[in-house]
Amino acid sequence: MSQPKDHGKPGRPKMAVFKFASCDGCQLSILNLEDDLLALGQALDIAYFPEASSDMREGPYDIALVEGSITTPEDARRILSVRKQAPLLITIGACATAGGIQALRNWGDVEAFKRVVYPSPQYIQSLSTSTPISEHVRVDFELWGCPIDKEQLLRVITDLLAGVQPRLPTHSVCIECKRRGNVCVMVAKGIPCLGPVTRTGCGAICPSMGRDCYGCFGPAEGAHEGPGLPPNTASLAKEFHQGLQLIPIEVLRRFRGINGSVRPFREESQAWEQKDRAG
Amino acid sequence: MSEAKKTKTRTIAVDMIARVEGEGALRVTVKDGVVQDVELRIFEPPRFFEAFLVGRHYDEVPDIVARICGICPVAYQMSAVHALEQIFAVRVEGALRDLRRMIYCGEWIESHTLHVYMLHAPDFLGYASAIAMAKDHPGILIRGLRLKKAGNALMTLLGGRSVHPISVKVGGFSRVPLRRELEGLKEELLWARDAAVETVRWVAGFDYPDFAQDYTFVALHPSDEYPFNEGPIQSSGGVNISAAEFEQHFREEQAPYSTALQCRLNGASYLVGPLARVNFNHDHLSPLGKQVLADTGLSLPLCNPFHAIIARSVEILYAIEETLRIIDSYEPPPCPSVPVTVRAGTGMACTEAPRGILYHRYRVDGDGLIREAKIVPPTSQNQRRIEEDLRAYMPRVLDLSNEQAALGCEKVIRCYDPCISCATHFLKLDILRDG
Repeated sequence: MSQPKDHGKPGRPKMAVFKFASCDGCQLSILNLEDDLLALGQALDIAYFPEASSDMREGPYDIALVEGSITTPEDARRILSVRKQAPLLITIGACATAGGIQALRNWGDVEAFKRVVYPSPQYIQSLSTSTPISEHVRVDFELWGCPIDKEQLLRVITDLLAGVQPRLPTHSVCIECKRRGNVCVMVAKGIPCLGPVTRTGCGAICPSMGRDCYGCFGPAEGAHEGPGLPPNTASLAKEFHQGLQLIPIEVLRRFRGINGSVRPFREESQAWEQKDRAG
Repeated sequence: MSEAKKTKTRTIAVDMIARVEGEGALRVTVKDGVVQDVELRIFEPPRFFEAFLVGRHYDEVPDIVARICGICPVAYQMSAVHALEQIFAVRVEGALRDLRRMIYCGEWIESHTLHVYMLHAPDFLGYASAIAMAKDHPGILIRGLRLKKAGNALMTLLGGRSVHPISVKVGGFSRVPLRRELEGLKEELLWARDAAVETVRWVAGFDYPDFAQDYTFVALHPSDEYPFNEGPIQSSGGVNISAAEFEQHFREEQAPYSTALQCRLNGASYLVGPLARVNFNHDHLSPLGKQVLADTGLSLPLCNPFHAIIARSVEILYAIEETLRIIDSYEPPPCPSVPVTVRAGTGMACTEAPRGILYHRYRVDGDGLIREAKIVPPTSQNQRRIEEDLRAYMPRVLDLSNEQAALGCEKVIRCYDPCISCATHFLKLDILRDG
């Protein structure tokens, strides 16, 4: 990964923020950097961020942040042009990094939804899948989370501005929970928690508030790209089923959520779909 | 302009409306100086939420519907849990009910402050963005960011985080705060109360176009409090119904140029959101809120869409005062949630999202699985009304260049704080079974 360059012009690196299919929550996380927002605006030239500014300048940019997944033919073309406009492309959040919750459509029949659901389906352009940005173009760095953690975003931008390769922890929520001294919700209350297989980053907020982790930050290390082995979803699923008495379709639903399309979660949910069908 | 009388068609277009949540465009065609078509085109891709809610367990619904909107996730969670609690005949009362009002207050503070300071004020002061505005008015933007942060802190304490909070569930919360945790917010909220008063005074001093419109206002209007989660749905035209009757009066239609459905009340446009809420519920403001509103010199009802920024600021103040009131009377409930017994049925609820009423309907089977879902967000309700406002506003900008005219139109749209991400993701799933 290269350090942001200035395209021959003096001054700050140019940043652009692009949106695809999403809820805007990760863009809001940028604006939620309250204490650091003005400093960020000074360190970077925010050249394109329609949600926050009507001053929309054309590329090229030094850094492109991309929110949202690819769900329409037009967006599949648009992401190619975004990629050409910036040497550094960073995906922000579960939609851009993993397809997002709207990737649940990948198991449905979108044409049927559209045909029966919209009075005039011919006006609706939609692909049958919701896919992450990395299935369309090369991605330089991925931020997980639904939503992203704003401190992680700040960390990555700061590292890039300093010419440092950004690194974020990839261990499981489970480890974070132990560090916080939480009582384990699965052991103590029998709640099916995804913490053992989910990537840290949220601060283990769900178990800290007495409920199950539901996988917002995607699979822990090794899930998408190295290092490490994929998380042991099979073992956790078996415990849900045998230990906590979840029936197969309930195990399926645990893994088919916010990040249901990412390989370890996808394969686990499909394995339990087969068990459910086998009855 | 030209003296020739030949037919001349002109198109005024905004390809990407800035400083709104989500992606939309505007297209106005003018023929011989007369406005022909006004199309608020929403090109956010559909995300099919109502489709994939079907088959999910009811206790997953708050986590799923939050993802419809990163700016107002609490609104989606609140409409959902209230609709589902209807089905299960669960009553959430006392401190738990207060905490639900409080987390909603946090969202109003955060969302309204975002719009007032960062998305809308730059229009009145002549800047492209809040960051550009900060060069000349650093103190004002710092006040806005701190106010917004106070709202986020409230949501984070109650919900674990401000975007997509995690503690809201059918029956209550997964965890409720300790008294001392709430007390810890008080000092900042007392500062925020003063900042909110200053905010109302600040925005009341902006220059406003004289643009009163004849609106049908729609809002919740409880008899004894400013609305969040309960109350009859009333219109200034005399409609007075419960959420269960919503679909008998309000209907969604699809426009060919948009991925959002437009909702109409008995066939006509109407307006939801802060203007409508203040007009119906100003009696329920605190004495301070009433005084600050009176000091603006505006007479009620507020009928100028540009005054929405004032209504929004008055509501920031209300939300802070309501939070302080709840903190002072707070006794932690014995349990963070009340027990739920699943039963089959259909439930509807309407709550006041920052941008206006948000309707949810769910049908649940005996196993607690969702069989049908319908969601009508505020922006799809306001969309028709925005187009009508634009039509009325166009004569004022026709003599300007296309660029300036488009800028004027964008300003009208931004008055509504439209949330396009919300508006676009809805399908009439009630007819899916025919397929």
